[in-house]
Amino acid sequence: MIQDAEILVVGGGPAGLCAAQAAAETGAKVLVLERDYAPGGQLVKQTHKFFGSEKQRAGERGFQIGEDLLKEIGTNTRIRIMTETTVLGCYEDGVITALRGNKHLKFRPKRLIITTGAAEKFLAFPGNDLPGVYGAGAVQTLMNVAGVKPAERVLMVGSGNIGLIVSYQLKQAGVEIAAIVEAAPRIGGYLVHASKIRRAGIPIMTGWTVKQVLGDGQVEGAVICQLDDKFQRIPETERKVECDVICLAVGLTPLTELCWQAGCEMKFVRELSGHVPVVNDNLETTRSGIYAAGDVTGIEEASSAMVEGRVAGYAAAESLGHSPEIAAQRREEAIGDLRQLRAGPTGGKINAGIEKMKREGGAVHVNLYRYSH
Amino acid sequence: MLISTGIPTKEDLGRVMPPVQRLAKGPVAMAECFQKIPCNPCAASCPVNAIHIGEDINECPTIDFDLCTGCGTCLTKCPGLAIFIIDESRGDTTALVRLPFEYLPLPEAGQYAMCLDRAGKELGWFKVARVIRGNSRNLTHTICVEVPRELSMEVRNIREGSYRNG
Repeated sequence: MIQDAEILVVGGGPAGLCAAQAAAETGAKVLVLERDYAPGGQLVKQTHKFFGSEKQRAGERGFQIGEDLLKEIGTNTRIRIMTETTVLGCYEDGVITALRGNKHLKFRPKRLIITTGAAEKFLAFPGNDLPGVYGAGAVQTLMNVAGVKPAERVLMVGSGNIGLIVSYQLKQAGVEIAAIVEAAPRIGGYLVHASKIRRAGIPIMTGWTVKQVLGDGQVEGAVICQLDDKFQRIPETERKVECDVICLAVGLTPLTELCWQAGCEMKFVRELSGHVPVVNDNLETTRSGIYAAGDVTGIEEASSAMVEGRVAGYAAAESLGHSPEIAAQRREEAIGDLRQLRAGPTGGKINAGIEKMKREGGAVHVNLYRYSH
Repeated sequence: MLISTGIPTKEDLGRVMPPVQRLAKGPVAMAECFQKIPCNPCAASCPVNAIHIGEDINECPTIDFDLCTGCGTCLTKCPGLAIFIIDESRGDTTALVRLPFEYLPLPEAGQYAMCLDRAGKELGWFKVARVIRGNSRNLTHTICVEVPRELSMEVRNIREGSYRNG
């Protein structure tokens, strides 16, 4: 049986929840499919305070923002969230299939909002398959969701916001941080995060990287070495570091399988951290009725993902004729908020990426339907 | 360099430090916020409108030190934990440094804590004058340490768990 749905949101993270909330606010009925056992996405692991302005709930901690959003959504009868439901496919006739337990579900939504988020990048070095080499997301899940102390002593690789924040959270959990190594000559994340962990005695080593893992059967240490300005190893700079976990925080890439499958026009944009769907100001893809919001459109902060969710939610509801004037006005407002968030130097890269994404040409178009078996 | 180490330089600090005369008058905030990022809770939370960021929330905050009362509201709101309250008005050789703190256990007032500088280097055991617990929503605690006045611009952290009585 194919179930009808007015607006279907794939992914119950910050972008998806905000999209659902915005759309329902203007009268649309929304179904959110979330593969995890609880909605909230990465918000549930974020114990630090968010930046932004009050409108984006700045100063609140990520997990609190998630709880608040879910509380607000919980009282809205127009929103339904199905957890432990993994979307499997998006077909040419608009049917979305999903797996829930051992049940194969089919939906035919009038509008689709893809908020699938991002996946962590990995790094190639000898020994990276040993137990004890983790992605930062896994470390955060163990620590902040499962309440498990993931290590005694960690070598953090990467000084973007995730590397800095997870180091801070590890320190709060009583884990020692041997060092943060950063291949680039500059710290990638916000400097206030960097200063906060620096004054806790955690060294941040710019121009350094992990060369190999030491250990027999599990991580017992690492060899780090210095890099020159062309990211080439400088001989005889190797240093041994004792640690039982190497945590990789070397970036994220948009999780775009559904966009590809839906036949959306895709472009590789370095500034947005990978292949992204081409979207207009309303975050509608080149497939009419399919929207994308949050990290799937380019890696950015959760505060931007939430605002993007609102843009897509209002736009989708508006296109279905739900309080079109109010929806349009709020959508415009949210677009303004996004502009404000991206106005500074940190948003410069994103703006450059969006410009590239919107420029003519360079699109990759793969129609996957033809290859289905 | 701040961008490669996370430690602000003397020049960085010189741009945000309250003037000596103001420091001698009573508690005042110092925002060690040097990078343009989209953030404005400090300005939004100031009860006397002493912190200015303006329309573009990417601007760094500027503090009107004459308006600032050193109340510490901004210190608990700043998501970057980058605001400190300095009080050099005690009339002796000590100064009070109030700092945001998000580690457990907390020290108790009267205990001595190992104080650290911006690089995490040990500066010595100094007395904890006051501990203000964050409420259930804003979980940032603030610790007030009594330090030699010449260290008021150096002490920016205490080591969690390194506390002793006397």
